[in-house]
Amino acid sequence: MHRSTLGGVTAAAYLDHAATTPMLPSAVRAMSEQLIRVGNPSSLHAAGRESRRVVEEAREAIADVLGARPSEVVFTSGGTESDNLAVKGLFWARRDADLRRRRIIASTIEHHAVLDSLEWLRKQEDAEVTYLPVDHLGRVHPRELRAAIAEAPEDVALVTIMWANNEVGTVQPIAELAAVAHENAIPLHTDAVQAVGAVPVDFAASRVDALTVTGHKLGGPVGVGALLLGRDVACTPVLHGGGQERDVRSGTLDAPAIAAFAVAVTETVRDRAERVRRLAGLRDELVRGVLDRVPDAVFNGDPGDGLVGGGPSRLPGNAHLSFPGCEGDALLMLLDARGVECSTGSACSAGVSQPSHVLMAMGASVDRARGSLRFSLGHTSTAADVEQLLSAIGPVVERARMAGARR
Amino acid sequence: MKLLAAMSGGVDSAVAAARAVDAGHDVTGVHLALSPSPAAARQGARGCCTLEDARDARRAADVLGIPFYVWDMHERFGADVVDDFVAEYAAGRTPNPCLRCNEKIKFAAVLDRAVALGFDAVVTGHHARLSGGVLRRSVDPAKDQSYVLAVLSAAQLSRAVFPLGDSTKDDVRREAASRGLAVAAKPDSHDVCFIADGDTRGFLARRLGEAPGDIVDAESGEVLGRHEGTFGFTIGQRRGLRLSRPAAGGQPRYVLSISPVSNTVTVGRAGLLDVHTVHAGVPLWPSGRPALPFRGTAQLRAHGALSPATARLEAGSLVVELAEPQRGIAAGQAVVLYDDDRVIGSATVRSTRSVVPA
Repeated sequence: MHRSTLGGVTAAAYLDHAATTPMLPSAVRAMSEQLIRVGNPSSLHAAGRESRRVVEEAREAIADVLGARPSEVVFTSGGTESDNLAVKGLFWARRDADLRRRRIIASTIEHHAVLDSLEWLRKQEDAEVTYLPVDHLGRVHPRELRAAIAEAPEDVALVTIMWANNEVGTVQPIAELAAVAHENAIPLHTDAVQAVGAVPVDFAASRVDALTVTGHKLGGPVGVGALLLGRDVACTPVLHGGGQERDVRSGTLDAPAIAAFAVAVTETVRDRAERVRRLAGLRDELVRGVLDRVPDAVFNGDPGDGLVGGGPSRLPGNAHLSFPGCEGDALLMLLDARGVECSTGSACSAGVSQPSHVLMAMGASVDRARGSLRFSLGHTSTAADVEQLLSAIGPVVERARMAGARR
Repeated sequence: MKLLAAMSGGVDSAVAAARAVDAGHDVTGVHLALSPSPAAARQGARGCCTLEDARDARRAADVLGIPFYVWDMHERFGADVVDDFVAEYAAGRTPNPCLRCNEKIKFAAVLDRAVALGFDAVVTGHHARLSGGVLRRSVDPAKDQSYVLAVLSAAQLSRAVFPLGDSTKDDVRREAASRGLAVAAKPDSHDVCFIADGDTRGFLARRLGEAPGDIVDAESGEVLGRHEGTFGFTIGQRRGLRLSRPAAGGQPRYVLSISPVSNTVTVGRAGLLDVHTVHAGVPLWPSGRPALPFRGTAQLRAHGALSPATARLEAGSLVVELAEPQRGIAAGQAVVLYDDDRVIGSATVRSTRSVVPA
């Protein structure tokens, strides 16, 4: 039951890359090189200038591969901070410019970093939130956004819709949604944490006003990310202090993490096409294999054979499945004991798991939502990982069914 | 064996799990989330299932090198323990929620799920000895928990493992410290775990609402005061009665009986509290029915209220004659029969009789 570790790498089938994915060796090298150096990028002496150079080169590299200008890259501590900064910062700036703008339009399937920021604004800042429905595949339709704006266009502070969903992998037509928002000169923020490196993401071409990206989902370190923020987009800071990043974000710049982040983004985006082809193939094998062994399992979300925004309609590494009659928690534990690591995808702060708000928004029942697992593939995934899952899933589902679904 | 260790985050369950690992079992740790909205931190010895407790349990599992999960049992716990607790008070009885939790959650919902998932048994940090299907008191009389386990059936006991029964609490704490478990010095938990502030009356008032009624003298039938709800009282209670005048002779008065139907609380002198006969429900004999009438010891509260006793059946229900009258025995509590330190049987108290009719 206890797994052997060889050279620090567990011999498990790690199928939870959407939670976090191993750092790329090149990113580890870039980070290590910087970790042994000294120098605050804001210092004026030689050591400071050298650190600043590392940060600025990283900024340029990230801007380059994501279709932004260097000045549009605001380094943060990661996805949660970027989402908080975008949602709160854009709301405050837009409302302060025109007090009528108290309404935020968001999808129902946002990450909790966005949802909880929205709820906080609602409670603390008297904001109003209009939630857009999604279809059974988990997709937001531009016509829904247009209708929501049309209710009172002058009230809207911003729109926030994720680029690709972290649970079921559905990719949103972000450029179209941004165009709809811009019909009324409303800024749009998108959480692209899962999208970068998986689908084509071009900040300028998409015309979005703010975009969240993080390091550890694409082979960089945990604790660093960025908000791509259009040059002319006003954003009120959340963190106050030295004003290091465009006066929008304060805090000493983490040169080692930023350097590694840039290497990871660059490499991941550069190798995207090839990796995506491989992962989509593995994903299809995984889904087919699970459905063969558990015929009544349900594959959730977009089938992944279409095109959205010039890329795949589903995250290539995402397989989300429901297992009728099972509890996700039980499945996870049984798979874990067999060396297969995955996620129930549900928010679980204190062990009291809530049925996934994403699946519920897609029209799933509570039981189906609770009996679901997310398998997510990444750059280190192999056919052997999928094979390990497939050899375990049949008996595991059978076992979990004996324990039954929660009433 | 493949064992599921229920880990509360306390020292006992951590050491119990550790001993199970040492004994060569394949152990998986589980913390039960019992509240729909757990508080962040403990308040002294009260409460449980806070995020802090979950973390303590997780850290103990880390030290032991065993897998660890949190199982969400809050719905079952809410229905079978908390709602039951409220309903029992509303009916004028005094429930023991720890006992109910063992009966319905730990050795029912959790055990059933564990068995279905391929585990052989559940291991807990209860202080009691169990071998060959026989449940016995812990060697530490102050910490003995056989009373709250006496409601378990033979089938439940056959899938329970209690590794701590041969140790005193001090031994357990010392062992935890020597194993490097951070919970070694964590205070024992007391009181009702789901009433974090310890204010049972306030909790019940919120759940049941106020229902004012009379406080009546047992012997004269005189109305001595008013109460805000019968649920605020327990048999044997002396404080907080707020009676309008003292009893003749200045003797303290105690709650003798509670009647939710007439919404009255009856009070009287201490002598009237003495219970000689306990009428209980259908008994459970976890290791087989003894020869009846059974002569042994009866225990009527988690700690104390012990008396030599004779038990018999009347129409299938247990009747226990106490050789030494006991005070403050309330319907809803359990009467547990012991032969020396062996648990023989248990049943729920339905009514009691004193020599002087109350």
